[in-house]
Formats: sequence, structure tokens, C-alpha cells
Amino acid sequence: MPSLGTSFGRGGATDFQQDLQNSDCIVIQGSNMAENHPVGFQWVMEAKERGAKLIHVDPRFTRTSAMADLHVPIRAGSDIAFLGGIVNYILENERDFREYVIPYTNAATIVNEDFADTEDLDGLFSGWDSEHGVYDPSTWQYEGMTAKSAAGSRAQGGRSGGGEQSHGAHGAGLSSGQPPSRDPTLEHPRCVYQVLKRHYSRYTPEMVERICGVPREQLIEVAEALCANSGRERTSAFAYAVGWTQHTVGVQYIRTAAIIQLLLGNIGRTGGGILALRGHASIQGSTDIPTLFNLLPGYLPMPDAEAHQTLDDYIEEHRPPAGFWGHTRSYTVSLLKAWFGDAATEENDFCFEHLPRLTGDHSHYATSFEMRDGKVDGYFVMGQNPVVGTANSKLHRLALAELKWMVIRDFSENETAAFWYDSPEIESGERSPETIGTEVFFMPAAAHVEKDGAFTNTQRLLQWHDKAVEPKGDCRSELWFTYHLGRRIREKLAGSEDPKDRPVLDLTWDYPTEGAHGDPDAEAVLKEISGYRLSDGGAVSGYTELTDDGSTACGCWIYSGSYADEVNQAARKKPGQEQNWLALEWAWAWPMNRRILYNRASADPEGRPWSERKKFVWWDEGEGRWTGYDVPDFVATKRPDYVPPEGAEAEEALRGDDPFIMQADGVGWLYVPAGLQDGPLPTHYEPQESPLPNPLYGQQVNPTRQEFPRPENAYNPVDGQPGAGSFPYVMTTYRLTEHHTAGGMSRTVPFLSELQPEMFCEVSPELAAERGLEHGGWATVVTMRQAIEARVMVTERIAPQTIDGQRIHTVGLPYHWGGKGVVKGDSANELLSIVLDPNVHIGEYKAATCDIRPGRRPRGQARLELVDSYRAQAVEGSGPE
Amino acid sequence: MSSAEVTVIETPAWPDTYGSDAKPRVGFFTDTSICIGCKACEVACKEWNGVPATSYEFTGHSYDNTGDLGADTWRHVAFVEQRLPVGGVAEGAPDSFVAEAHRQEVLERSGIEAERDGEGMRWLMASDVCKHCTHAACLEVCPTGSLFRTEFGTVVVQQDICNGCGYCVPACPFGVLDRRDGDGRVWKCTLCYDRLGDELEPACAKACPTKSIQFGEHDELRARAQERVERLRADGLAEARLYGEDPGDGVGGAGAFFLLLDEPEVYGLPPDPVDTTRDLGEMWKAAGLAAGAIAAGVLASFAGGSR
Repeated sequence: MPSLGTSFGRGGATDFQQDLQNSDCIVIQGSNMAENHPVGFQWVMEAKERGAKLIHVDPRFTRTSAMADLHVPIRAGSDIAFLGGIVNYILENERDFREYVIPYTNAATIVNEDFADTEDLDGLFSGWDSEHGVYDPSTWQYEGMTAKSAAGSRAQGGRSGGGEQSHGAHGAGLSSGQPPSRDPTLEHPRCVYQVLKRHYSRYTPEMVERICGVPREQLIEVAEALCANSGRERTSAFAYAVGWTQHTVGVQYIRTAAIIQLLLGNIGRTGGGILALRGHASIQGSTDIPTLFNLLPGYLPMPDAEAHQTLDDYIEEHRPPAGFWGHTRSYTVSLLKAWFGDAATEENDFCFEHLPRLTGDHSHYATSFEMRDGKVDGYFVMGQNPVVGTANSKLHRLALAELKWMVIRDFSENETAAFWYDSPEIESGERSPETIGTEVFFMPAAAHVEKDGAFTNTQRLLQWHDKAVEPKGDCRSELWFTYHLGRRIREKLAGSEDPKDRPVLDLTWDYPTEGAHGDPDAEAVLKEISGYRLSDGGAVSGYTELTDDGSTACGCWIYSGSYADEVNQAARKKPGQEQNWLALEWAWAWPMNRRILYNRASADPEGRPWSERKKFVWWDEGEGRWTGYDVPDFVATKRPDYVPPEGAEAEEALRGDDPFIMQADGVGWLYVPAGLQDGPLPTHYEPQESPLPNPLYGQQVNPTRQEFPRPENAYNPVDGQPGAGSFPYVMTTYRLTEHHTAGGMSRTVPFLSELQPEMFCEVSPELAAERGLEHGGWATVVTMRQAIEARVMVTERIAPQTIDGQRIHTVGLPYHWGGKGVVKGDSANELLSIVLDPNVHIGEYKAATCDIRPGRRPRGQARLELVDSYRAQAVEGSGPE
Repeated sequence: MSSAEVTVIETPAWPDTYGSDAKPRVGFFTDTSICIGCKACEVACKEWNGVPATSYEFTGHSYDNTGDLGADTWRHVAFVEQRLPVGGVAEGAPDSFVAEAHRQEVLERSGIEAERDGEGMRWLMASDVCKHCTHAACLEVCPTGSLFRTEFGTVVVQQDICNGCGYCVPACPFGVLDRRDGDGRVWKCTLCYDRLGDELEPACAKACPTKSIQFGEHDELRARAQERVERLRADGLAEARLYGEDPGDGVGGAGAFFLLLDEPEVYGLPPDPVDTTRDLGEMWKAAGLAAGAIAAGVLASFAGGSR
């Protein structure tokens, strides 16, 4: 979550869903909350009951739109233009919450005079290196700061996905030098406020209409609703999900919302915030204690193979002079002590050299291409079904066929497990079970009711669940599997003198086990994550107790305190009815059980609530501490008028009115001087595959997007290229309430399968007429990658738009189906290409181009020939048929 | 109307036949104005009651693929897509001539009236269920006593008694009662009779995330429904109405009633449901008189003939 991380300091939703009931205006964009978060959506309904205005911005009219006061149909892939239009409206009309903006954001900070904006360079920022396709971000820095040649430039020098992007998960460090210059009058031409104003000046209602297809009146209506419902007395919230993240500029989509919310003073306040609605259970947890290649637990960056030879190298780079990241050494050393125990000593750098190092982009997609090229031997697939859930299904199947072995753990044999005998390539004869050498080990998995553990939900809340029943047969938990796999490997390596085996042998791998199958004790794992003192083994109370001398161990510093007082805090279950709406005694939220992040900003610089109505956390002069409804996200006794003494470090170097305590300068970042690959300010670019030119800049697409131009990942030609006319329609993929992601937990369940039994596509009556599609009949959707079939749903819920005189049609595709399960169907992800956001390597699933034609798709070899006919047009230049 | 004016509706067999075992009458108030169409009610109902899945076919009826209430669908969510004018937005849009020309072209070529920019959508969603009528024809016509009225005032089929005669099927004015294929017996919503006995709310109401399905004591729900509909009307939803709440309707009021945002027909509900046994007494009386007259005539003719 580098967007939220760079803007505010932490990569997590700033608010919690229950608090939406206190919002005066809610904008849901890039999310279909009613369908995909129906339980959380009750709080949106509650806000509506209390009179809040609900706005849904989406290409489709969905079950969320049905509940909204206003649905704004936007062209898929144009959200930055729309949000930029709101920023422009706020700035042009001076509707920002100035008393909040000046002290709490970097609006007043002066930017380096060498910085040049996309408005000056036709869609590029200064520092563009066209040879390597990356930016040198040094000119983006604040005035008076010398940009470090740190992770940023190294990562951007071709090691896409290296240190820098993980840095983005939290506020990037500001380099040393003079404190940044500020102009509180906001008049300096190079202050962030003025830079912002110039950058968005062309994002007028008229321009928004031209790009997004949204009538200008609607843009103004949304902007006005937000302005009218922000300030001292009122607050507005944004909720987004993968409708924003899954774009080649996804991080910048979210950044634009962050700018709006900072300008309107909605961060850190009740009823405000940005809710990152996660795709499924514990996705937040999977970045907190990451399954990502470039992060260590708690958003500590993964060390780099060249730059980080020693712990000091690593700390030097990642420790900013101020804010809580100033304790990076304590967090890192405690992590190393948790993992390597007694083997980790001051003398050996606490086994820092045992940590894996980044040598390049090892993200999921990059690894799949490596696999396709025969460079990967083995693959663990746990809780994932990549041939249904990931763009370009065929590429993944071809890659799996090059492995020596694959271990797959799931509830039932899914499409990925069956790829070697049941797939379109088997049907077409391109591959056969006889020639695929991959040995597949299918391991049955226990469901969540069959194991102890915690989910970390969308609002950073760790909720413990107890095992209700024993898993059947050979089904086992992930914890069991991982623990015993590690145990067996360690047994095999025991006594080895080979240095490469040392990290595995030095691991602390001594969890108590219980039951007939030797299940590791999940609470013991939680305690290790939360942290303990090595002297007496007692649990620490929180991350402020962690040390850098090896006397504490902590598996994930942001989760520190989840086992405070030797109590599983995540297992607390005091009912909501017996508490206020924060329910602080229900489960445990990171950090330190705070429910609204940066809540110091709910009070004015002097520590008084902005208003009685929005009172939340405030300074109690009598008690000499911060108090309120929530756990203050601030040093509890730091006075509002505190000014750091010379030479202060970490949080002590931040003022008493600096609410963004993870940021090196203590404020929210409207402008991001370091930490992002694609620029300090969000800029509208078209998707990789778009039927339209970018009317704002000569630069059509995000210049730093990550492309994989290979035959098996061919991109649809776009405007001006041969064959562009073959793919005239926009396509977008999405989920339905009735199914869960790639279907492993829903297409196997009859009660869910019957609710949405067949793959379908949604088209407007006008597109149906244009292409001869019949409601209830079949259609074939084609891209350069594949052709799939779907039942036709003709509906006015998916309306065409007129953009610059051109009629733009969108084909809507839910993506849940595959070849296994109670109900079967083609996968929408067969159609998509792999092209990624440069910061997080997330693919562009939400906007691409396609063709659609009536009737079922051809079978076997003929299916290949159909796709080939389109590919031929991309070379020769005319349409198919 | 205030809640004080809502009176308890007694059913023919409740509470009197239960004496001191009678419990307050319970029911559902389904407020469709806040239904988000998640179908959690359908799934929770099937999970709890062990109702089998129906068919796996795409119906094309918006997002509804289970079709209708029946032996295997005791909660059913209807989806109704409507296009409504929202006014104002389309006027003056710079591309409106192009769009209009395009629409005309589509209309001429295909006969399809394409949507107009600025027209608003409305997507109605409503979870339907057995109405647990005050005057329940199904129960009246059941020859085995399988259908009975519980101590909670609800109407339940006892599967161990049902002989599958099917008399109740046409008797139901809502088309709820239905025989299960391959089984022959009638199955329908029990208002989770087993859960009520344990003081648990029915599964559908428990699962509903927005409290669109509200379970409770009947008179209290009716008061709540009155307040809600009045508020929605005051907010400008002139078409908001209660359905099945009125004791003066053809079934004497339903135990499970609804707040709708449009005509009942729009949701597939009968506009004026009538207890099909309501006139039986009159009919039997008339039939009896007719039979008597015929018998008298026959006797007279025999009397005459003996001569």
C-alpha cells in the first residue's frame, strides 16, 4: 500500500468500517462495496439512514449504485482524471480546510527548483531516463534536501520491485540536509500548494467530461458534496478496493484520493478517512506479515543483494531522522532475534546475512515468466488458483508445465492443480499429459473453522478464531504444513557444515505442538509475532518496548502488543452492543489497538476538537495527556506545543502538532518527494489498452509501467497501430457477491453455485444491437491472448458513453469461473494481459480492450485459429472476418 | 399513524387453541428499501434447513437465478431493473446530438430503444418468503393436518404427516406451496420453527447484513413498518407502501409482510391476494341449498313416478 504509506505513513486503511456511520458523505469508487463487502456495507446504510450522501462512481450500475444517492458512470481506467477534477475544483474555489492543510500537510513546503511537472514536459516529470524507462527522483525532493541515492535510484535502475517500492509501503525517508523550507502563506510559486494547483489546473469539468464520459454537472455535484461535507463540523470518507489498485497507475489512483482527503481535512477524523477494502479475508494480514517478495514483516524492506551487505548499511538507508521509523534498528534486530534466537548476536550482526536478498523482480508475474522460460524448478501454491485468478491464464499454465514439481494446497482439486490434464491447451492439442513433466503434489487443506488462528481484516483488526471441528482425513492447516515441512528439512540438514544451510538450521523452530497430528500452538506463534523479552520470556506491551541490543524478540513490530500481558488480545470478544462504536475490546487492531490512524489530526493544532460534533481525540491539559474515544495515535504525553530540541531523533524530533507520526516531517503528503516510481503527483494516463488517445498529454500511458512484451503476452494494438480496430470495446472484470474470487470456495458449494451458475457478460442494449448479441444467448469475447464464451446479459446497468464524439461501449466480465467445480465456465482472466503498476506489480485487470461477437466460441484447435486471426490483423492491419 | 394504533391480529387457531402455551405471534418485516440483494438469506435458509440446491442455469432475469419461491427455495430474492428519468443531466451535454443520432440509428436498425444519457437506473431487490397468513388457505385445505398453526402463530408443514396430496398448492394465493420433485411432499418456510423453540431468530434474518429482514413480534414489527414507510414517504418516495401488513386484506394480514417501493406486481407479488377458502362457507351453504333443492325435486319426481 505505497499510496497510503507515502501519503500518511502507514500502508493501511486509515479508518474502520463501523465509523462510516459517522460520515456525512461517502464516496465509493473503485469498489462495489455492497456486493463484495456486504457486511461492512451495513455501516454505509447506517450513515445513509442518518442523512449522509452516498455517491458511487463506477462504470457499471451495481448493487452498490442501487443504494446510492448518486451513481456516476465513469469510463473504466479514467479515475485520476475524475479525482483530479475534484482536486482542481477544491483548489480553484479555495474550498480546502486551510486550518488543517497548513499545519498538517506539506502544502507549505517548497519543492526543489529543478522539479519539472508533467504539465511542462507533456506527461513526464523531470528526471526521466528514457534509456532505462525509469525516473531519477532526485529533482522531486524538497528544497534544501539532498536526495539520497538510496533504494530509490538503485531500485529504479532496472531492479524494478527492489527496495524502493517496498519503501513505499510506509512514508519514504527524507534525506538529510536542512529542514525543508516552508511558506505558510502558500504563495511561494514552488510551494506544494501552488505546484498542485498548476498540476491540476487543466482537470476542468469539461476535461473530465472528455476523458471520463461523466457529464460535467455530475463532477461538480460530487465535488460540491465533498466540499460541503468537510471541514470542522462535517467529514467525508472514501472507500476503494481493487477497482483502483488493478491499473498500471493504480497506486496513483489512491494517491489522488489521499490528496482530496488531506485538502479537505478528512484524515485522522471520525467519519473521514480512506478505507482500503481488501479483496478477501486476511489480505491486509498478507501484507503486514507479507507473502510479498520485497517486504519483511511490518513493512520493513527486504534487503538488497548489493546495497545491504551489513545491518548498518540497511539501517542507514531505511532509518529516517524523525518519526517512528527512527527505531528501524530496534524493529529489525527484534525480528532477527525472533527468527534466529541465540544464534543472532551483536557480533554476527544478529544474523542479518541470513536474510534473503533481492536480486531483481521476484514478484508473482515476473516469476511466472521465468518459469515459462524453464528457470524455476519448484512451486508452492497455497490458497491460490492462479490459472483462474490471475491475468493471462494460458501463460500460467504454460509456465506450470515447465516446472519439475508443484505442491498445491487447497480444499479441492482446482484448475491450477488439474492444469496438466484438463485445460484449453490439452483440448487444443498444444500440450498433453504425456509430455508435461511437472510432478504435482496435491495437499488437502483445512478450512478456517478447522484450525486456530487470526484473520487481519480490512481495517487492520486481528480477529482470532478457534478450531471448531477437527479437519477431516489428511486435511491440515497451513501452520501444520509449514511447521512440519520446516522440521523435516531441518532434520535432513542436521549436522551440515555447508554455510548455505546455516540460515535454516539457525531458525528458532521450536513451537509446542498438540493433538494427534502434532499441530503447532497458534498462540505461541502469535506471542512470537507480538514480541517478548529474552531475559524472562515475558510478552512485551508494544513496539515502544523493543530494543536494538538483542534483548527483545518480535516477529512483526506493528503487531507488537497483540499478546500484551500474556493475553491473546486478538481473541477478545466483548460484544459490540456492550461497547461504543469503536469496540476497543473486540479483537485487536494494529498499531496498539488504534482504530483511526493519525487521530491526533481530529484535534486542532492546540489539541482542541475541531468541533463538538466531530470530537474524537483531544489534549487534556489537567491530566497532561491525550485522551478521547480511541487510543491516541501519538505520544500520549507529548504536549500540543512541544517543539523538538536540537538533535532530537525519531518521534522526539516531531512537533506536538505533527499528527502523521510515521512521516519524517510529521505531516500528510500532498506531494510525494520520494518513495514512488511514477512521480510525486498523480497524472492521468490511459490504460495500456485503450480505445482513446490521452487528451491531456502526448504521453499516452504510464511511462514507468512494467510491460512483458512476449508472444504469449501480446498486447492488443491501440489507436494508430495496425489492427487496433479489431478491439473496439473496453472490457472490465469484477466479482459478484455470490462467488469468491477464483471460485475455490464458492463454485464447489451448491448453494452458492446455483445463485450465479454460469459465466456471463454484461452488455448494453446498444452494444447488443451493434453486435447482434441476444439476451440469454452466447457471446465470444476475444483479445490477443484468448477467446472465451459467456452467456449474454443485456442490461441498461452498463451504459455506453459518448467521449469526444466517439461512442464507447464496455463489456463487463465477472471472473469467477473455470473448468472445475459444481458449475463451470470460461475464465475472464484468459483474456487479460500482464502489464503492471511499477510500484506494486499489480496487474491492469480493470481496463483493457476486446472484441465481442455472437455465439459460442470454437472448440479445440479452432479456438486457437480464431485468436490467431485477430493476431494476424495486428500485423496486417484490417479487421477479422 | 402511531404504534399505539397497531393492534394484535388474532388468527383462527392462535392463540386460543394453545391456551397458556401460546407465545406471542412472530413474523418478518422485510424492508426492501434497504435490501442489497446479497442473497445471504437464501443461502442461510438452505444451510440451516437442509434445503437442496435447485438447478444450475443462467436465467437472464437480472441477477436472479433461483426463479421463484418453491419447495427448494424458501427465501427468494427478486431483482427488478428499472429505468427512471432523473432529470436535468442530459440537457446541454455537448455530445448529445451525436448520441441522439446514434440512438436513432440503433433504433432503426434493431428496433431496440437504447438508453438515454442522464436517465437514471433503479434496481429493486426484495427477499420474498412464505407470508404465514392470518387466514391461511393452505392450512384449511390440508386433509391430513400436516399443515398446522404453531404456538407462535406461524404456519408449518409437518413432513412426516404430509401425504403429498397437493391440495394446498393451488390454495395458496401467493404460489408459495410446492411439492418437491422426486419426493412429492410439500416443503416451505417454517419461519425456522426449530430455532424459535431455542429462542433464536430465523436463519435468514440472522444472516441479513443490512437488517432488511427483521424478525420479531408481529405487532411490534407492524408498528416499526408503519414508522418506516411514513418516513420514506416524507423523504419523497411516494410509491413506498406496505404489503401484507393490513389485517383488512384478503388474507387477514400476513405474518410476513413487506415494505415495497413500487406496485406489488413489479416484484411478482399478487396485488390483491385472497384466502381461497374465504368464501368456502358461503359456497358450501349455497351448494347445500342447491343440493337440497335437487334432492327435493328428485324425491318429488319419484313420488310422482310411483304413481
